[in-house]
Amino acid sequence: MTKQPVLDTSPPVSDEVRKTTCYMCACRCGINVHMKDGKVAYIEGNKDHPVNQGVLCAKGSAGIMQHNAPSRLRAPLKRVGPRGSGEYEEITWDEALTIATDWLKPIREEAPEKLAFFTGRDQSQSFTSLWAQGFGTPNYAAHGGFCSVNMAAAGIYTMGGAFWEFGQPDWDHTKMFMLFGVAEDHDSNPIKIGIGKIKARGARVIGVNPIRTGYNAVADDWVGITPGTDGLFILALVHCLMKAGRVDLDYLARFTNASVLVNEDPKSEQFGLLLRGKDGEPQVIDRRTGKLAAWNGQGVEPDLSASYRHKGVTHRPVFHHMADRYLMDEYAPEAVAERCGIPAKRIRAIAADLARVAFDEAIELDREWTDFRGVKHDKMVGRPVSMHAMRGISAHSNGFQTCRALHVLQIILGTVEVPGGMRFKPPYPKPPHAHPKPHGRTQPGGPLNGPHLGFVHGPDDLMVKDDNSAIRIDKAFTWDNPMSSHGLMHMVISNAHAGDPYKIDTLFMYMANMSWNSSMNTSGVMNMLTDTDENGDYVIPRIIYSDAYSSEMVAYADLILPDTTYLERHDCISLLDRPICEADAVADAIRWPVVEPDRDVRGFQSVLCELGARLDLPGFVNEDGSQKYADYADYITNHLRRPGVGPLAGWRMGETGLQDGRGEPNAGQLDSYIANGGFWMEHVPENCAYYKPFNVDYQAWAVKMGFYDSPQPYIFQLYVEPMRRFQLAAEGHGTRQPPDHLREQIKRVMDPLPIWYAALEDGHVDPVEYPIHALTQRPMAMYHSWGTQNAWLRQIHGVNPLYVPTKIWEANGFKEGDWARVTSTHGAITVPVAHQASLNENTVWTWNAIGKRKGAWALDEDASEATKGFLLNHLIHELLPPKGDGLRWSNSDPITGQAAWFDLRVKIEKSGAPDVTQPAFPAIKSPVPKGPTDQAWKVGK
Amino acid sequence: MTTLPTSTDKKLGLVIDLDTCVGCHACVVSCKGWNTENYGAPLSDQNAYSGAASGTFLNRVHSYEVQPADKAAQLIHFPKSCLHCEDAPCVTVCPTGASYKRVEDGIVLVNEKDCIGCGLCAWACPYGARELDAEEKVMKKCTLCVDRIYNTNLPEEDRQPACVRTCPAGARHFGDLGDPDSDVSQLVAERGGFDLMPEQGTKPVNKYLPPRPKDVEPEFDILAPYLEPIATDGKGFVGWLDKALSALPGGAK
Repeated sequence: MTKQPVLDTSPPVSDEVRKTTCYMCACRCGINVHMKDGKVAYIEGNKDHPVNQGVLCAKGSAGIMQHNAPSRLRAPLKRVGPRGSGEYEEITWDEALTIATDWLKPIREEAPEKLAFFTGRDQSQSFTSLWAQGFGTPNYAAHGGFCSVNMAAAGIYTMGGAFWEFGQPDWDHTKMFMLFGVAEDHDSNPIKIGIGKIKARGARVIGVNPIRTGYNAVADDWVGITPGTDGLFILALVHCLMKAGRVDLDYLARFTNASVLVNEDPKSEQFGLLLRGKDGEPQVIDRRTGKLAAWNGQGVEPDLSASYRHKGVTHRPVFHHMADRYLMDEYAPEAVAERCGIPAKRIRAIAADLARVAFDEAIELDREWTDFRGVKHDKMVGRPVSMHAMRGISAHSNGFQTCRALHVLQIILGTVEVPGGMRFKPPYPKPPHAHPKPHGRTQPGGPLNGPHLGFVHGPDDLMVKDDNSAIRIDKAFTWDNPMSSHGLMHMVISNAHAGDPYKIDTLFMYMANMSWNSSMNTSGVMNMLTDTDENGDYVIPRIIYSDAYSSEMVAYADLILPDTTYLERHDCISLLDRPICEADAVADAIRWPVVEPDRDVRGFQSVLCELGARLDLPGFVNEDGSQKYADYADYITNHLRRPGVGPLAGWRMGETGLQDGRGEPNAGQLDSYIANGGFWMEHVPENCAYYKPFNVDYQAWAVKMGFYDSPQPYIFQLYVEPMRRFQLAAEGHGTRQPPDHLREQIKRVMDPLPIWYAALEDGHVDPVEYPIHALTQRPMAMYHSWGTQNAWLRQIHGVNPLYVPTKIWEANGFKEGDWARVTSTHGAITVPVAHQASLNENTVWTWNAIGKRKGAWALDEDASEATKGFLLNHLIHELLPPKGDGLRWSNSDPITGQAAWFDLRVKIEKSGAPDVTQPAFPAIKSPVPKGPTDQAWKVGK
Repeated sequence: MTTLPTSTDKKLGLVIDLDTCVGCHACVVSCKGWNTENYGAPLSDQNAYSGAASGTFLNRVHSYEVQPADKAAQLIHFPKSCLHCEDAPCVTVCPTGASYKRVEDGIVLVNEKDCIGCGLCAWACPYGARELDAEEKVMKKCTLCVDRIYNTNLPEEDRQPACVRTCPAGARHFGDLGDPDSDVSQLVAERGGFDLMPEQGTKPVNKYLPPRPKDVEPEFDILAPYLEPIATDGKGFVGWLDKALSALPGGAK
């Protein structure tokens, strides 16, 4: 045989490894960046990191192509052609910041609300909101309103935390995992790691999703539900479990407000509110005495069934109200099966399995703990059923109540914060009353009166003026959507263009591709951004935009502030913001410049430090008026949010040396993070690992770590009283009254116990004419629009056909290579189709944000994404079709304002094949040169 | 013609779990990154920022739909790379000796210096696991990360193929399939691991673990007791509740 060549099987791997945090999506994994000759040579996962434990997804591994993408902006840009043309000239940073200051300073001095500052997918909201607060505008939010606010808000209001950044399944103990519609990047690698663990143990995965791809493809059972009916399905499970008495009575009595008493006098102003004692605390009947007691009284044993009658008014516990509602036949599996597209027998089988695993396969950990009533428990009992959900169930106009229903299902099974169930991640759990309320009082030349976003507890907390007009440009926290905790970024451009509730001067945005995939009604938004008034001036007078890449939005701004790539910047993934903790550990992390930019670009947060100083914003200048923070790194190190609490919790300065959690700023803090691999982590003590909202040892530890300043024990809110307060107002009680046209909607949707109602679009669009549901999913190997500029990732998802189920495929006589015209009540698109059998029979779908505008992202105009790719966004309007009442009805959840992307209904017909997908738009001129045709990437010699 | 060794000391290979693979392409890109920077010529990309981009990959994930007669359709994610066959037709067909199978571990490699880019090996491989690099005009294939698995510059725990190290779901396993006691051999035995297209007679070293049965309808009679009704309406439920509570510790008053 031929002699084998001699191989060097131990070549040098790299000169150096620099450890930082990934930003190829929102998952925030730890990465090892291998350097050769000062260049990035290879990226892999960091094995010590709490989020990814060494693994890394396709996006993360392709970071080298993102960091070097031809689409990177190179210098500040000033628009020289008309908006939308893409004609710019490069300017200096001094000129750019002078322009921005000249525009913003007069606004601040006269009417700060004329600035609308909205950030997209940034991970520095505790910083950007501080800046906006200092500026004084009420018009600030991030992208949560068009993402998953329903999931986040329903979780906080119900149980003081939700999924992803708030909580996760107990992967090591769970025996049955139920996954509802999920955006893949919302805890990307941890879910994959968790599913791997479950599979290795032979435990069961149930996927509830109209589309069987990804996680649903490996699920042992796939429930191909009809979009928008998840709430109905969940409440049918609740019905089955309650009807069979398969609920955790002890858990419900002790740790939820099931035992709290509700006023039942229809004539009372307290009707439907919780009975409160003199100290304002909700009351229960104590089983020891049979008398009233505060829910949190020492030693109290709340009675789940005792009523209380006083002065002719009956008060029954929440649990009785639940029994009245959920035992009704309208929630029986037979009553919901057809609408959900799930046979009644299957619903019962799943309910039976939930009961079997939760109660017959219960687990116990030998760990003593003490609850907030002083009751000692000698073990931690677990009900090993876990659940996870995200955008699939939340991006509907009934999404808030659906997410609430899911949490109620978890809670009646006793599976939240117990072994084998769902666990919160520090600094959660945190009840809604421990969060701020929204603030919106402006003063010329001064700061806002408090944080913009928060949790309302009743009509008094709304951001409306005396005439009920909105204080905020996005109409968050108004009667239209009272509990809009994340704002409504998807309404900002539309409202600003309409001058409703008022006109603005400058729109300032960061990392949000609003003229393309991040907006509903994409072509409408392009028109709004370029529309002029009778004088020929733009209706939205000024637009400032910051992005690292040549996205579609760049062409619509007047001033561009070019950001760095994620490997060139400082960032903190902070406990004040959207942390990276795991259930067993509190953790935070940084990014740091593992390479310096080779272009004239600056990290956006550092730019805000300088712009804030030029504008004299409180918090951004010293007493002598000089700039307070030289850059973002300086802010991360030295900012104090509260005494002893800063952006990073690791390696703070104590009286006797370094300490974690609370402490004074430490000049060497970032170096300590870098030396530790870019993150800090401290394990949750073992006796604090479960039952955290009720566990006194956890509460004490949380105070020590600085999550809050005093213990905050609470019970889960099956019955959300703040919602009832809005209903009461709509029924005519109280001084703050909704406008008449919203009374019926508020009475109907703000039910304090979860309900299901059909998607609002169904009330505006004829379901017979538009019988098909249309969805998007985010591929595992792409993040929003970012992936397309990545030479490796675009080879995985370079086109996005519309996937069509067998029934519709055959009915239309489709063949491979065919195109279809897809029409909604709002618009039409003509796109390539492909057959998929593993799909709900009335649903079509495509990958999100693959389609690109010609000229964007430094791609050639013949790029497949611009010729065969498309957006579903053209079919979705930010407003519901007019009802003839002259009002603008937002296409959002009427409780939170969450964008109802997935309510979309369409019809489909075969079409001829056009040259490119329709609608097609003229190319925009690229502010950066195009990339090379071919490449053979290698940085090492 | 190139000859194969009559036997190899080890049979290093991959075990890929089709029950767990979620089709995320992490292995695909990690492989691309490592092998662009390391062994041999970089893996090039054509139309990197235009048209329909296509480049060289040593590992790709395909997805196949299965439509059972009486159940919902299923989707199987199927990662595919060189299977390091014992009877590797890509080696025996090589006219220059560039393709070879290593005696010490059974890894099939291409010595790029001797490769003339004739493409016969790609034609001979029944799995389509080899790709001719359009830029360098040499044949590229999975090396099982031969420059990682023995690399003393890497921590010991990292001495495994890039695709295995990165797989988030833990669907990829690496080891000696010639050793019946190895973890991978045990896994194959436990889970009924199988050869891809055994009828081709290539004796692939890599094994696939089959997906577990899906959508198995439970026997409802067994489950029925779990949902035995205790009431038909809210009032009845409260009656049951009172009794149930009095049965709990400290309940009966």
